[in-house]
Amino acid sequence: MSLPVELVILVLSGFVGWFVIGKVPNTLHTPLMSATNAIHGIVIVGGLIVMGSATGTLDRILLVVAIAFGTLNVVGGFLVTDRMLGMFRPRPRVEDAAARTKNDAAE
Amino acid sequence: MSREDIQNLFYLVAIVLFILGLIRMSHPETARGGNWLAALGMAVAVAGTFASGLVQDLPLVVLGVSIGAVLGVPAARGVKMTAMPQMVALFNGVGGGAVALIAWAEFRGEGETELDRLVPALIAAMIGAVAFFGSMIAFGKLQGIVTGRPVKIPGRSLTAAILAGGALACGGLALADVGGKWAMVGLLACSALFGIVLVLPIGGADMPVVISLLNAFTGLSAAAYGIALDNVALIVAGALVGASGSILTRLMGDAMNRPLLSIMAGGFGGNGNGAAAAADAGERTYRSTTPADVAIQVAYADRVLIVPGYGLAVARAQHAVYELGRLLEEQGVEVAYGIHPVAGRMPGHMNVLLAEADVPYNQLVEYEAANAEMTRTDCVLVIGANDVVNPAAKEDPGSPIYGMPIIDVSLARSTIVLKRSMASGYAGIENPLFFNPRCQMLFGDAKQSVSALVDELRALLGAGSRGHSHVV
Repeated sequence: MSLPVELVILVLSGFVGWFVIGKVPNTLHTPLMSATNAIHGIVIVGGLIVMGSATGTLDRILLVVAIAFGTLNVVGGFLVTDRMLGMFRPRPRVEDAAARTKNDAAE
Repeated sequence: MSREDIQNLFYLVAIVLFILGLIRMSHPETARGGNWLAALGMAVAVAGTFASGLVQDLPLVVLGVSIGAVLGVPAARGVKMTAMPQMVALFNGVGGGAVALIAWAEFRGEGETELDRLVPALIAAMIGAVAFFGSMIAFGKLQGIVTGRPVKIPGRSLTAAILAGGALACGGLALADVGGKWAMVGLLACSALFGIVLVLPIGGADMPVVISLLNAFTGLSAAAYGIALDNVALIVAGALVGASGSILTRLMGDAMNRPLLSIMAGGFGGNGNGAAAAADAGERTYRSTTPADVAIQVAYADRVLIVPGYGLAVARAQHAVYELGRLLEEQGVEVAYGIHPVAGRMPGHMNVLLAEADVPYNQLVEYEAANAEMTRTDCVLVIGANDVVNPAAKEDPGSPIYGMPIIDVSLARSTIVLKRSMASGYAGIENPLFFNPRCQMLFGDAKQSVSALVDELRALLGAGSRGHSHVV
């Protein structure tokens, strides 16, 4: 790919990101940041490719650390986001509230 | 079809999954599925990379992945919700660090490369190193390893300029193929120091901006490295993250009404004003109150607004606050939570904290909505927040936070501020709210105060209505 083509892809993706993410409400800003955090763990792909052409020992050490960092970024990022989102609940539904009142009364 | 085509088709699927995942992040009900779509996208991208046939040295790859997984999984599972801001900073930092290391290794490996690959690689290395070391300092500050107060670095602007210049100069040397492999080491070292000098002087109250900005940096470094590698997955994913980080940075800056440059200039708070506030506080009068008295006020209110801040996170008072809200709701009191965008240490921090305590997200209102309902609010409980309710932002043009949108609690019938002492807040700015005749202070640790309030409320309600006596 030529550089201009890559710049086109970069700019278009930036616009897509801007419009998609502009719609996320304040409530979800932390999970959003955490999920996008995990997405930039895509650098692990770069690590995998460059490892294929590495020659020296130091290069390999650097790349193993880089791949470990990338994995930490991806795995940690998605898991933490999932944990956070698992906690977000809407107002308890009327039936739930009724059930709770009933339980309370039974005690 | 070549293997490269197959690789790119995998990337196409991955990109679609990333974007669909992000679209689903816009609503709490679909967000969780969105996160897993994005994770699936990541798996597809990795699979596509293996399909390219470029991946070799499999044992080393497995070693790297295993180390990352062994460190990451328990950390992500075990981290307390109160420690979330530093965790986000840490995960962000290692992403940037990975870019810097990969660029370094590739530079060492190949003696000569075309300019249109080398230039983006050098840019990626610079931004990646800044993001890594900046994030580590942010992590240190949030974790309490490094002081959260702004650290004064003498001649900081000059130092930063020299470091930035040094990094660019080393980049120039690398391009001119002078200095060999050391040019890259110099570039990384200068960028690393620049990242440290950038974040160290910024106070804890400005952390939501810093974390968003570093997030954008890491995304951009991944995108730049994608150009260097001719890898479309890196370019698109990096650009998506760069856009998201930029949006959040802008939103946070707007919520403080301070331009990004002034925030990055650092040193906000802890300067002069703190001492003046202390002197002033001695002369003016404030009223302190007791949990029993507050219990009566909230129990007979029609509407109660709770304004949480970082102090609530520090005291881990979110569960006690939920219990308080639940008791009041059972009494038919309307309960809402007023959330300021920059309350806490990262964007949306308070939302996550309250969600952990089972507070339904539709009880959380943003500051405009909170202000619109303020005149019909009987009682406001300010728990561990300070600057976001400071009327000086509206009234005092000399105040460092003048112009920042606040939750204007002075329009409510009464306000109770739960606070440790009269000491000024994190930003070190005096808060005239405390001396407002409608405001009372409930001193003590936020968790203990709220728990005491819950106990008093139960005693009160137990005595008042037999129907709820089981609550006691």
